[in-house]
Amino acid sequence: MENLSEEKIKELKIKSNNIRISIIDMLYIANSGHTAGPLGMADVFTFLYFEALRHKPENPNWVDRDRVVLSNGHICPVLYATMAHAGYFKIDELKTLRKFGSRLQGHPHREFLSILETSSGPLGEGISQAVGMAIAAKIEKGMDKTIYCMTGDGELDEGQNWEALMLASKMKLDNLIIIVDRNFIQIDGSTETVMPLSDLASKFKSFNCNTIEINGHDFNEINNAINSAKKVKEMPSVIISGNTPGKGVIAWEWDYKWHGKVPNRDEMSKAIRGLEEINEKLK
Amino acid sequence: MLNHNLKLNSKIFNDDVVLKSTREGFGEGLLDAAIENENVVGLTADLLESVKMNYFANKFPSRFIDVGIAEQNLASVASGMAAMGKIPFIASYAIFSPGRNWEQIRTTICYNNQPVKIIGSHAGLSVGPDGGSHQMLEDIGLTRVIPNMVVISPCDALEARKATIALSKTNHPTYLRCARNETPIITTIESNFQIGKSEIFFKPDTGLAQVGIIATGPILYNALMAAKKLDEMGIKVKVMNLSTIKPLDREAIILLAKETKNIVTIEDHQVSCGMGSAVAECLSEFYPTKITFMGIKNMFGQSGTPSELMKYYKIDTESIIETIEILFK
Repeated sequence: MENLSEEKIKELKIKSNNIRISIIDMLYIANSGHTAGPLGMADVFTFLYFEALRHKPENPNWVDRDRVVLSNGHICPVLYATMAHAGYFKIDELKTLRKFGSRLQGHPHREFLSILETSSGPLGEGISQAVGMAIAAKIEKGMDKTIYCMTGDGELDEGQNWEALMLASKMKLDNLIIIVDRNFIQIDGSTETVMPLSDLASKFKSFNCNTIEINGHDFNEINNAINSAKKVKEMPSVIISGNTPGKGVIAWEWDYKWHGKVPNRDEMSKAIRGLEEINEKLK
Repeated sequence: MLNHNLKLNSKIFNDDVVLKSTREGFGEGLLDAAIENENVVGLTADLLESVKMNYFANKFPSRFIDVGIAEQNLASVASGMAAMGKIPFIASYAIFSPGRNWEQIRTTICYNNQPVKIIGSHAGLSVGPDGGSHQMLEDIGLTRVIPNMVVISPCDALEARKATIALSKTNHPTYLRCARNETPIITTIESNFQIGKSEIFFKPDTGLAQVGIIATGPILYNALMAAKKLDEMGIKVKVMNLSTIKPLDREAIILLAKETKNIVTIEDHQVSCGMGSAVAECLSEFYPTKITFMGIKNMFGQSGTPSELMKYYKIDTESIIETIEILFK
């Protein structure tokens, strides 16, 4: 285990808060969408796009890039915001989210935004697609690529995920890293009330997945988990990332109503001001 | 008479006509396509030999994946492989794929516009004794309604083989409908096949036709047998092989309607949403014509031999003859 430098952690924290500010701003302008999930995953996405991924934002079709599949498409504001901050497109374009003619569809659609690896929205289909990419990458025997699949915890109710995990184990896909947004919320309430996932780690372990549980807001833990997942051979890895829904805006954290709701003008400005103050202190 | 320009099987009306299943033709075509293009990969859901993917899998084991009995995963894994530049063929029974996994096909294949080729074997009443649960009679409707999708229903094993090779060279998501049972070889190796192009397989010796029969899939044989008989009875008939249902060969269908003013569609599928419906969508907009729809009429299938079932559901040769005779009474 190797810790990141304090300077690096500070830099990542500031980046992820700036991404959160973009998320809140774009959701306020769009006036519809999901708020809690994207804020909760901002740290993981920041680490992925600014530290872990082998990619070239200026050459998005680079054939040997790592792939990112977003399975829970409704948290796409965090994907769009992170990609914009990483240089895939102008941050200003985020303001077009969910508008007619925008490349930033309400749920990701690669026919509109071709730099996406896949479209998503209907839940439970991302791991299968990532498994397909990982198998294809193994067949090619070219440069090793890592296929990342970001998935929600609620969507694990869908049986297709478990079909995909069985195949990932059978095919020994050590180039596949699944990151579960374990925030315990889904539309009808807590995941443990609607459809208990209970001991999720043991479920993945029983499917022969290298399973790691982390605090998804601790950059050292994210870093160590991804590093160890990359070292494991002949089995897929699952990182269960414990995330706080609404993370970064204390008034919204753990409040289920923010799953599918967006802020009004007052809520938006308070939240952004709060995040700006945190960043000021970090600097 | 048969349209000799098309180099069709001259023995088609003989009792000893050679039989072969369209799934067999797919299996041979997949091997051909895989030899030609190393990006071709094959996936099945525990039905390797049934869907005739074994020829390919034996030759190219590293390009073959059995996902187990999991058709939803089958479709989406193929989409992921296509996103990496592969040309995946996924084969199962039509009732499971595109039956079980329709939404995965819509979202992960067609919405992404990935060139996954979906092979639905054992489609129609041809499954016979297995019964209604396994007789897929809704797949043409399920697939042709999805944007970006191409839908092909070959008339015999040779056409299935040519279609398989042809679609390995296109970038479109495609549904290829195949049948379980052995059916007459109608075409020859020399017959032309082109995605999106229909052909008139039977026409009057002289003069204009009074009725145009449009058929898709191996049931085309019944239409040809009926046409021969009707011709002998003095009713002038043209028979169209409409193997590509989407994109529809509108021009040829309108021409046939203009000549005959009388169209009969026949398919081993529900009448609603099927090939006949596609023909009706075209003609009602561009050249309104009387259409008689022959197919399964809002019913499920049941156990029996394919010929018993075709008779019961009135899509056999005799039923076609009777239907057309009534039109001219």
